[in-house]
Amino acid sequence: MDCGSDDIIYMDNNATTMVAPEVVDAMMPYLTDCYGNPSSMHSFGGQVGREIEKAREKIANLIGAMPQEIIFTSCGTESDSTAVLSGLQTFPDKRHIVTTRVEHPAIKSLCDNLDLLTGHKHRITRLQVAEDGTLDMAKYAESLSDDIAIVSAMWANNETGVIFPVEEMAQLAKSKDILFHTDAVQAVGKIPINMKESAIDFLSISGHKLHAPKGVGVLYVRKGTPYIPFLNGGHQEDGRRGGTENVASIIGLGKACELAHLHMEEENSRVRAMRDRLEQGLLASIPRSMLNGNKEQRLPNTTNISFEFVEGEAILLHMNQYKICASSGSACTSGSLEPSHVLRAMGVPFTAAHGSIRFSLSVYNTDQEIDFVLETLPGIIANLRELSPFWDPNNL
Amino acid sequence: MWEYTDKVNEHFMNPRNVGQVENANGVGEVGSLACGDALKLTIHVNDEDIITDAKFKTFGCASAIASSSALTEMVKGMKLEEAEKITNEDIADFLGGLPKEKMHCSVMGREALEAAIANYRGVILPMAEGEVVCECFGVTDLEISRAIQESNLRSVEEITNFTKAGGGCGKCEDRLRDLLQASVNLVAIPMQSVNKEQKMTTLQKIKKIEEVMEREKDDGDIELIDVDGDFVTVSLLGACRSCQKSETTIKQYVEKKLREQVIDTLIVEEAK
Ligand SMILES: Cc1ncc(COP(=O)(O)O)c(C=O)c1O
Repeated sequence: MDCGSDDIIYMDNNATTMVAPEVVDAMMPYLTDCYGNPSSMHSFGGQVGREIEKAREKIANLIGAMPQEIIFTSCGTESDSTAVLSGLQTFPDKRHIVTTRVEHPAIKSLCDNLDLLTGHKHRITRLQVAEDGTLDMAKYAESLSDDIAIVSAMWANNETGVIFPVEEMAQLAKSKDILFHTDAVQAVGKIPINMKESAIDFLSISGHKLHAPKGVGVLYVRKGTPYIPFLNGGHQEDGRRGGTENVASIIGLGKACELAHLHMEEENSRVRAMRDRLEQGLLASIPRSMLNGNKEQRLPNTTNISFEFVEGEAILLHMNQYKICASSGSACTSGSLEPSHVLRAMGVPFTAAHGSIRFSLSVYNTDQEIDFVLETLPGIIANLRELSPFWDPNNL
Repeated sequence: MWEYTDKVNEHFMNPRNVGQVENANGVGEVGSLACGDALKLTIHVNDEDIITDAKFKTFGCASAIASSSALTEMVKGMKLEEAEKITNEDIADFLGGLPKEKMHCSVMGREALEAAIANYRGVILPMAEGEVVCECFGVTDLEISRAIQESNLRSVEEITNFTKAGGGCGKCEDRLRDLLQASVNLVAIPMQSVNKEQKMTTLQKIKKIEEVMEREKDDGDIELIDVDGDFVTVSLLGACRSCQKSETTIKQYVEKKLREQVIDTLIVEEAK
């Protein structure tokens, strides 16, 4: 099948990323020649096991961890579930979690369904965020009562890119003997992370957000942190996660982490500059548009902009005509007619929340692509506003 | 990504009759910014009760815009009494169908038309009355019951697809189920006498239920615990016991089978 990736302008990298060509090359042998089981006694399989260990080192290297602190999982969602459930099982008499209102569904739904999953009643404290998506640290400190097993707060928000001060939060939790998990799926590869100097106990990574394939993730577990496996089975991952390894994807993730290390500087300079130019250009040329989320404490690749009086899906479908790929926080579906829970938690007014568009860039974007979007989008918004009963060009 | 028909895409990309009819004598406004879609329909009706012109302005997703555009095309040149008969299904059909989650967009079209005609005639629509059931989207019980009957809705999910009620916080779900039950009963009563034996002893009932469950139980093990009047209590033994979907599985599947094959008033519950 041909999906036409050569022709598109891909600005939806927080949804998923292109698998880097170097990553594909690194993986190929493990889909063909090197099909052995890494647990086998024969060297045909055993040599694959050694490559997995090399991949583990590369991932550890990207986040300043030790290789034995890296556990391979099937995705970011599995890593999130594993960490939270492990924390709860470690303290069976503490059935209270602190988290935030803006977590990804991987944490949000887990918390929603925790009682059903575990058969025990839990208290969930979901911290409110400010209008710019940031957390009130004083409120956070106040929330840390004795009965809390684990805190789970995302490092960077997938919709707005807003960064939480997770290092500081983890220090506070540690001082009260509370475990700390962070969903760093959007942060790893985009901003420098150093677990050596950190109090974070658990950290989730997902391969497909950093140019590795979908269906592979990592859970970092700090050495010394109590850990109870989620998937029980064979002795893979030292008995910490059963199931024969997704070898090719793990090798791919290792390569992707190596590349992310190399690209870190570029991500925070060239990509950031492209993002800023896109953002400033759109805000300047389109009236009644506004930025969602704190401008400073933010990932370098993400911008979330609301265009008042128009609806997100309609904008995306027009962009689609120009082969521009992005996302919307609007959800005009029956199951969830409310706009994104993240924007609502930030108190973004309805006039704007329904018309929010997230652009998320990567090192593969170019200045020409930014130019094209800057040329195209104002017309799209103007056309849709002409249809809108709420749009009054005389009242800007 | 929605699977829209070519016609939906075409009406979305090139909407017809955008704007306001200058000498409009009927205006219908439905929806709001908070709801995520809104439509303002203006029409002109001549002395012979024919809609000579219709224009729209819509805030909303692709199917909301396409439905509005379709609506204006449909009603132009139509007699009022014909236009009054247009249902949301007609609008969806005109577009070659809409995804089921988007049916509320066609409902919005019909409502705007109704409102515009009422405005032309100078009457107040009864729809504004009734008791608000879904507070997120301001949907009343009258509107919901009407949708249930007109579109033959059979589940809370379908009600949400068509009216949006229940699509926000979800607090009104129980009320929606009650309304559904009430409408279903209205329709179901005359059908009951058709073929199934109504009077069974409890023992006969249990025997029949057990037979049906034996036949249908491939999907995880189910055990019959008790039968009390119409209430059938079952226990799940298989893999789906603690899964969050177990309630819908039992309710939808076992209940459906038992209603089909034993008595159509049975209510299935899980043993706690
Ligand atoms: C913040 C965040 N957490 C978790 C996930 C889930 O990761 P995965 O798709 O690998 O399960 C995502 C991606 O969708 C994400 O953005």
